[in-house]
Amino acid sequence: MTRQLVTDTQNTWCPGCGNFSIQHTLKNVFAAMEEEGKSLDDVVLVSGIGCHAKIVDYLNVNTFYSIHGRTIPVATGIKLANPNLTVICCSGDGDSYAEGLDHLIFAAKRNIDITVLIHNNRVYGLTTGQYTPTSPLGFKGKSTPSGTAEYPLNPIELMLASGATYVARGYTRKMDQLKNLVLEGIAHKGFAFIDVLQICATFFPVSDYYSSRVYELSDHNRTDFESACTKAREWDYNSDAKIALGTFFERSLPSFDEKMGQHRINAAERERAIQEFLITRT
Amino acid sequence: MKDVSVLIGGKAGDGINSAGSLVAYLLNHIGYNIYLYFDYPSLIRGGHNFAIIRGSEKSIGTCWDQVDFLLALNQETIERHADKCTRETVIISNADLVKAAGQGILVNAILKVENAPEIMRNSAIIGGFAKAAGIEWDVVTAVFQDHIPKVVDLNLKVAKRAYVQVGKVHPLIPGPNPPRTLLTGNEAIGLGLVKGGLDTYVSYPMTPSSSLLHFLAEQQEKFGVTVVHPENEIAVILMALGCAYAGKRSAVGTSGGGFCLMTEGLSLAGMAELPLVLVVSQRTGPSTGLPTYTGQSDLQFTLYAGQGEYPRLIVAPGDAQESMYWSAVAMNVAWKYQIPAFILADKTLSEGTYSIDSATIPEMQKIDPIIWSGTGQYLRYADIPSGISPLAFPGMIDAVIKVNSYAHDESGITIEDADHVRLMTKKRMRKEEGLTKEMLQYPCVNVSGNPDASTALLCWGSPKGVCNEIAAILGLRVIQPIVLSPFPLIQLQQAVRGVQRLIAVEENATGQLAALAEQHGIVPDERILRYDGRPFSPDYLIEKISEMVI
Repeated sequence: MTRQLVTDTQNTWCPGCGNFSIQHTLKNVFAAMEEEGKSLDDVVLVSGIGCHAKIVDYLNVNTFYSIHGRTIPVATGIKLANPNLTVICCSGDGDSYAEGLDHLIFAAKRNIDITVLIHNNRVYGLTTGQYTPTSPLGFKGKSTPSGTAEYPLNPIELMLASGATYVARGYTRKMDQLKNLVLEGIAHKGFAFIDVLQICATFFPVSDYYSSRVYELSDHNRTDFESACTKAREWDYNSDAKIALGTFFERSLPSFDEKMGQHRINAAERERAIQEFLITRT
Repeated sequence: MKDVSVLIGGKAGDGINSAGSLVAYLLNHIGYNIYLYFDYPSLIRGGHNFAIIRGSEKSIGTCWDQVDFLLALNQETIERHADKCTRETVIISNADLVKAAGQGILVNAILKVENAPEIMRNSAIIGGFAKAAGIEWDVVTAVFQDHIPKVVDLNLKVAKRAYVQVGKVHPLIPGPNPPRTLLTGNEAIGLGLVKGGLDTYVSYPMTPSSSLLHFLAEQQEKFGVTVVHPENEIAVILMALGCAYAGKRSAVGTSGGGFCLMTEGLSLAGMAELPLVLVVSQRTGPSTGLPTYTGQSDLQFTLYAGQGEYPRLIVAPGDAQESMYWSAVAMNVAWKYQIPAFILADKTLSEGTYSIDSATIPEMQKIDPIIWSGTGQYLRYADIPSGISPLAFPGMIDAVIKVNSYAHDESGITIEDADHVRLMTKKRMRKEEGLTKEMLQYPCVNVSGNPDASTALLCWGSPKGVCNEIAAILGLRVIQPIVLSPFPLIQLQQAVRGVQRLIAVEENATGQLAALAEQHGIVPDERILRYDGRPFSPDYLIEKISEMVI
């Protein structure tokens, strides 16, 4: 059955918000999955807290609206419980690069088969404009009126170092490419990471900056870790440089959910195992 | 009265815990009920470890200060535990390391003759003990064969050489029981969770909960459980909630510090109505405190942990048998009501070993929750009278399951209007009303000792054992609430009927159960509190009560 992909919930993002493009992209991704014969009953979308997270109210699929920074452990639990599900995480840069950075690194390290989209607008929007881990040095926000005193981190480089098996960057004004990246990420068996550059129309409206610098990765060997690292360092989220979009790196490794396996047994077998154990303790 | 206490002590790394277990199995095989207390500092090698193994013809959960046998693997054991010895105490020692004390066994010589490795020296001491206690050699053979994982024959040869050296100086009269199952509190909790349908156990190591993680990890294939050890306790609870959303029964385990990290996830469980069992095993706090010692200072924390208001079940079992039963109950209640359910344990219970009487343990099985019928639009938070909305899980056809940490409507979509917030808050609180009623069918409050006594001890958790012990001697009543949330007011009111003097006995500095009971109009007259990390002994408690009653 083809379902209505968008709920009736009133959208409360600011006009011009980059999140609209991500929502449309996911809608198109879901439609493409349905066309391929995949049931959307087997899809779960998990979000954190922040403007990005409202996306779960707007898309008519199974969703888990979690708490700030904790999308990834929730998604990991869902995938471990039922490996047949397609689990997609929408997370903010505040969520996964600040509050829940540990979970992001560990998800990459253990290669759990989930797809993570970071709505990276490089500012806290919903809390009305503070710097995030990817804001440029000197960013003037409400908590740093004289400008930040710290450099941004480079999430592409961080994910390569952490063992992610699919690492990509997209941009909300390149929706066709973004759709392909998400579809690739879902098809990838293992941890798929996509940093999505988006503007915050209210607190960090830098469309012109991005649009004049982005280019699509071509003649790049995505299986070559060294050249992926070189490409990842081209733009450090701070200095002025060209910004590569596309897949930096991909490799195939057994996923965490595969390796953990399932030890399901029926109730009678379980009861027998308990009784056998109790006897060993006499 | 058939009753015996055996202390075995040595350096950390000497295998005191496993040697203590062997002594426990020997006493178990001669028909005694067992309680084993294990005392060790927070280090891996060196330091002093000891175990006290008590056997009795009655059901027990505590150790007296004085012991009948002292098994000394080193000199320090003799010196440290001199105050636990009487003139009758039989000392069996490693004569190579201990200066002329009791029956010295020439352990090195035995090992040399048998060409046995140093780790088998404990077998020599245990062999000597068995002889001194008059335990038949057949029993030693049976216990070694069942409970020594490798090279049993050589261990038996070593034990036999000591067995023939020692005299039968304090023969024990066999007790009435066939050998019973011996379990630690944590193992019993694990088994109860498995009985209640546990699919996934998620935990980050923290004493005294870690042995539950180890137990379930070791047994996961046999019991059909997935065990995950993630990056921290925050990930632990969120992963468990992810499992619950996907329809798998999950539990987490930790102690106070780890539970602090879990509180945001706990509150999420409350709002999103996700079932979860949390095992919180207390140790001495605040903060790192005494990692390997006991305490009961986290009751008030557990009652109120997490922002916002939502129902929760808290059970505090007092021994291994109660731990098994109530862990299965906690799992079923968590799923029936879609709430967090706590098993509040402590180090004494978690790491103590107890006999299980299979004849008196109630029936336990997995009880399925109410599942969505599959027709019409699925509403995850359908507002029905019980407040318990039918569950659906991802993968079910056309369900569209939306759970939400925000205030939400029946479909799980975020809302902020006052009417919806009121509606959903009432729905959640109605579950607590239903739960409170349902718990009337469970034995939420134990009454033991002399049920007509006008002086009663009010206790919870592992001090149940010591309270029962002295109540039998002093003719007191013991009132032990096991369920602490929802507060079992009706059952407790019945339990205190006729009590003129109510004495709260707790291992914390403020009397946390006493305060909770007071909130509900049941006011303890006195408090006996211990907060140095050590469990009450019967001697200590009798002295405190005697001071009070006179």
